[in-house]
Amino acid sequence: MKKYILILILAIFPATSFASSGVHLDAAPIDIYNKDSIKRGAKGFADYCFSCHSAQFMRFNRIAKDTGMTEAEVREMMIFTRDKKGEVTKTGDLMTVAMTKDYAKNAFGTAVPDITLTARSRGADWLYTYLRTFYVDANRPTGMNNRAFPDVAMPHVLWELQGINKPVYVTEDHDGVSVERIEDFETLQAGSMTAEEYDAFVADLVNFMVYLAEPVQTERRDLGWKVLIYLSIFFVFAYLLKKEYWKDIH
Amino acid sequence: MGKLLGWIDDRFPLSKMWNEHLAEYYAPKNFNFWYFFGSLALLVLVIQIVSGIFLTMHYKPDGELAFASVEYIMRDVPYGWLIRYIHSTGATAFFIVVYLHMFRGLMYGSYKKPRELIWLFGMFIYLALMAEAFMGYLLPWGQMSYWGAQVIISLFSAIPVIGDDLTLWIRGDFVISDATLNRFFALHVIALPFVIVFLVIAHILALHEVGSNNPDGVEIKKNKDPVTHIPLDGIPFHPYYSVKDIVGVVAFLFFFSVVMFYFPDGGGYFLEHANFIASDPLKTPEHIAPVWYFTPFYAILRAVPDKLMGVGAMGAAIVVLFFLPWIDRCKVKSIRYRSNLYKVNLVIFAVSFVVLGWLAMQPVNSTITLMSQVFSLLYFAFFVVLYVTSKNEQTKPVPDRVTS
Repeated sequence: MKKYILILILAIFPATSFASSGVHLDAAPIDIYNKDSIKRGAKGFADYCFSCHSAQFMRFNRIAKDTGMTEAEVREMMIFTRDKKGEVTKTGDLMTVAMTKDYAKNAFGTAVPDITLTARSRGADWLYTYLRTFYVDANRPTGMNNRAFPDVAMPHVLWELQGINKPVYVTEDHDGVSVERIEDFETLQAGSMTAEEYDAFVADLVNFMVYLAEPVQTERRDLGWKVLIYLSIFFVFAYLLKKEYWKDIH
Repeated sequence: MGKLLGWIDDRFPLSKMWNEHLAEYYAPKNFNFWYFFGSLALLVLVIQIVSGIFLTMHYKPDGELAFASVEYIMRDVPYGWLIRYIHSTGATAFFIVVYLHMFRGLMYGSYKKPRELIWLFGMFIYLALMAEAFMGYLLPWGQMSYWGAQVIISLFSAIPVIGDDLTLWIRGDFVISDATLNRFFALHVIALPFVIVFLVIAHILALHEVGSNNPDGVEIKKNKDPVTHIPLDGIPFHPYYSVKDIVGVVAFLFFFSVVMFYFPDGGGYFLEHANFIASDPLKTPEHIAPVWYFTPFYAILRAVPDKLMGVGAMGAAIVVLFFLPWIDRCKVKSIRYRSNLYKVNLVIFAVSFVVLGWLAMQPVNSTITLMSQVFSLLYFAFFVVLYVTSKNEQTKPVPDRVTS
């Protein structure tokens, strides 16, 4: 009978995708248990994202604790700012940025979103695809556009690493209207990394962002199976107790 | 120990209550799988109250702070993440358990004479639970909290004459704002839990007054032992059903833990993806969908082109359930002894409910709207067919005693 509950649960909640624009997303090759990858991702985040994007719900020292770095190492890797008193930002502080909303609106035309939880709102696959599908577009203020996020305001911050890509279009017929769709990209200018190196770099970055969105997730899973084993054993005894009491009924 | 109990019993009916509701409450011996969900609903209520108390210790009902305080609970409060996931998983579990509990009532005619009041109290619990869940969903103050509430509250504006003033009064502002958040917090944390607990007590007292129904729909009180006056098919709730319910509780907690530890956001159905973005009154999400447990009614709302009529249809879909004891005029309670027509009717009703839930989660297009209209009609057809056919239904003979 318990099987039916599971079937019912699975019927009600099938695995869902992050339904949005309908762009094909590449599966992010990430492993949330790989601490070295998260550390590399944290470095990439500090070097390329963290000047504009805050992660204001997270504290620096939490990263130290969860990845096995010392607080000094995290300070060295991630903290380049000073707090309001003019002292070096403390590792126990929240990961805010100095850039104000007004400054961002002037520079980019929009506020820069906090990205603590972006991996939970957009999904890892979206991030992994987004960071790899910038292409050159002379009609955009930054000179770049993005396939996963059309007309995005963010410049291609990682262009030095990836290089610059040019879209390859195919023309498709949609009910008699020809529509151009980006089929693939070709390199216009090579970056400092090969395509494989860049993919791996982005994967580490996405892995860090997935960690950032829910730092507790490995602890959650590790606690989960212990609870399930406990409940399974408890179930056997509960069942035997029930059987013992009920043998005189019927 | 005995002396202490005697001292208490002289001043408070402790033993009397214990006996009336547990040790000498005689329940039919043939309860099946479906009878776990009553005690499980009570369990989830306790889980929600206890986890909710701990959440209020750290949550801040303030438009500026609410979203961050939830992330503070998830990150900085020791085991705060566990408490939060218990509470969010509990909300979903509550509705799964309650829906199965209600479906049990439909199958075995548990709402029929003399149990009409049990059903009515239960329906009021369901109504209060929906309000409780709706207001609770605003508190994380994410995009879906904000815009979901915006959509649902604006439904009241469809009411003629007083509509606009009513929505203003509910929100406490011209849009969802800090004022709304604060009042929803008060209602979610104090008012509605009180109402629910009071109704649950009434529900159980009414049940223990008339006695439990069972899968055969046989009144066990009709066959009592001539000497002891104990129903021949009844067994004391404690210890028999208390030990049996422990098995159900453990199995339930197993599935609960699977969700909580491994799928806490339920693929975006329990914690919607857009709700991980802080609320922004200037940015409407692409696709606003209510949490899964409201979706069948939301589909009925969307199926009707006119706003007022849609709100009316949605309201009617809930209100009609209250009248079930009088809509169903068949004397036979259990589906085991009812006509094939009734069985088919009930299956169509259940399927329609699930399909409507699915439809509400899809972006609107003409096919989805048409399907919503068809299944909304099937939903209401259940009650019409039931009312028309139940009076002279071809039923099978009901046994005198329970069968197993």
